[in-house]
Amino acid sequence: MISFLKEFFEFIKYRKKYWLIPIIVVLVLFGILIVLSQGSAVAPFIYTIF
Amino acid sequence: MTKILGISAFYHDSAAALIIDGKIIAAAQEERFSRKKHDPNYPFNAIKYVLSEKNLRLNNIDHIVFFEKPFLKFERLLETYVAFAPRGFKSFSLSMPIWLREKLFQKDFLFQKLKQHDKNFTNIEKIKFSEHHFSHAASAFYPSPFKDAIVLTLDGVGEWATTTIAIGEENKLKIVKEIYFPHSIGLLYSAFTYYTGFKVNSGEYKVMGLAPYGKPKYKDLILDKLVDLKQDGSFKLNMKYFDFATGLTMTNKEFSKLFGRPVRNPRKDLIDSFHMDIAASIQSVIEEIVLRLTENIAKEYKKKNLCLAGGVALNCVANGKILKKNFFEKIWIQPAAGDAGGSLGAALAYWYNELNNPRKILKDQMAGSYLGPKFDVDFIEEKLKSLKANYKKKLNNEIFQLTARKLSEGKIVGWFQGRMEFGPRALGARSILADPRSEKMQKDLNIKIKFRESFRPFAPSVLREDLEEWFQINCDSPYMLLVSEIKKDKQISMSEKNYNLFGIDKLNIKRSSIPAVTHVDYTARIQTVHKETNPKFHRLISEFKKITNCPVLVNTSFNVRGEPIVCSIEDAYNCFMGTNLDILVIEDFLLLKEDQNQNLLNDYKSKFEPD
Repeated sequence: MISFLKEFFEFIKYRKKYWLIPIIVVLVLFGILIVLSQGSAVAPFIYTIF
Repeated sequence: MTKILGISAFYHDSAAALIIDGKIIAAAQEERFSRKKHDPNYPFNAIKYVLSEKNLRLNNIDHIVFFEKPFLKFERLLETYVAFAPRGFKSFSLSMPIWLREKLFQKDFLFQKLKQHDKNFTNIEKIKFSEHHFSHAASAFYPSPFKDAIVLTLDGVGEWATTTIAIGEENKLKIVKEIYFPHSIGLLYSAFTYYTGFKVNSGEYKVMGLAPYGKPKYKDLILDKLVDLKQDGSFKLNMKYFDFATGLTMTNKEFSKLFGRPVRNPRKDLIDSFHMDIAASIQSVIEEIVLRLTENIAKEYKKKNLCLAGGVALNCVANGKILKKNFFEKIWIQPAAGDAGGSLGAALAYWYNELNNPRKILKDQMAGSYLGPKFDVDFIEEKLKSLKANYKKKLNNEIFQLTARKLSEGKIVGWFQGRMEFGPRALGARSILADPRSEKMQKDLNIKIKFRESFRPFAPSVLREDLEEWFQINCDSPYMLLVSEIKKDKQISMSEKNYNLFGIDKLNIKRSSIPAVTHVDYTARIQTVHKETNPKFHRLISEFKKITNCPVLVNTSFNVRGEPIVCSIEDAYNCFMGTNLDILVIEDFLLLKEDQNQNLLNDYKSKFEPD
């Protein structure tokens, strides 16, 4: 997980998209809530999210 | 020796490719092994196969390159949700679980999967990531015979880009222009595929095949309301009419209202002239966009050669139009232009662009696209015995003469020879072949063999040396990616009464001396057959020509509707026994339907979900 976070932060730095950080934090927290409220990670096929 | 494994997966058409010191060794799609059409899963079997081609273990591989960048895709998703918020909440709530659990951690996910091949594989740092469109561009440029070229990639969407223009010079490839999501020519075509009741990511061919039956009545409406097309070919979609950015469908109610009909339900609504006109209109719009783009880049960059890749490059009608316009001296299209080819592109991009190796050989590197598995004679015989098949082993010469004679008598042949093709087209290694001179062949093949819609056209395979005598084209088309008209003297003109026949009724009119491969607009999707890349197929057509004076065969993929092309002996035999194929030829083995145990005949078509 630490190496993942490191890589992800490097990615943000490289893309200079710091403004995304607060959005990511909120969205990820929100996403975690959704994950926790579901039993399975099987999502239906949506054309542009994969 | 540097061994690089390229992987594309997790969207559609997963595949693996192996290159050693820049030479393409093997490439295959997972669907062929898993028997699940457009299989998007981790390509375990395809990787296993490409490694086996050189008896390698995964730990022997120096670099493993995934065809796209998951972080960049995640960035696009988040920014899209933010831009469209609060719309798209449902899509967000469905996509986040899978992204947060799996897709965002793709490196680790891949690592775990790769370890299944070889427990000694322990170096996660061998896994690298290429960009989706860069992979496409690399798959089009590096195997091409060009020292320098303009590379145009067009598809649905990768990370951000949907359309890119790249310059390829020597061993370097650089993207110079991009069009970003949601403005996508691929997704526009897919939206119409969805609207006409076909499956997105697989039914696009059907829209293209349906187009010649209709008239482009809605072209102006599309260009007026849906697409803001500029003179240089750049474009923007009017998202008021589309739902794909954040919704769960391709089009929305506004879209249906604009054309005056709801989305066709394939279970109950028949295809009528409206759908044909819609197909003709979107095909015409796509051609307009592609022609403007290519004309502009030809003028701007002044390169003589064009390379194409991305799913839209499989639109062979549009490709044929580009060729006809002569914006470029030469065009080369990656045969696996869809996402499967991204695996090869990712590996090649790493070898040339990252490792900075020179391009030594400037000729087509795809080896006819025969990059899949083949089987030796002993193995085949053993397998046929275990399948309880009745077969005759023929001498090499006999098999060509005998098969050609049977074809000339109207028999339909399953032709299984050599290495399997990489990409969506059957090119004479896993093909169903028939006599193109027969008037009823198109209908028979569609209904009795392929179990698919009767409007769908078939393609001709023609000896390269006889191409100009039969078709109005004068360049190689080994991958069946160019459409051209049949030569005028081979055409049979339609009476006014016949010309005005409605849609599919036109099919029954004999339009040329090779009606089975002549579409209603007198065009054909051509495969030129070359002695150098497929000597056996070349030999067969030559024998057929000796008997009939016709150097053309109908060539369609060896499968039924909804089934991936056959890969193994078993797949071929099962398809043979489950359809009305008359003959099966596997290397030197000849199998006649009447010789087979009738108890082995099976209900085949219901095994596959219609595409």
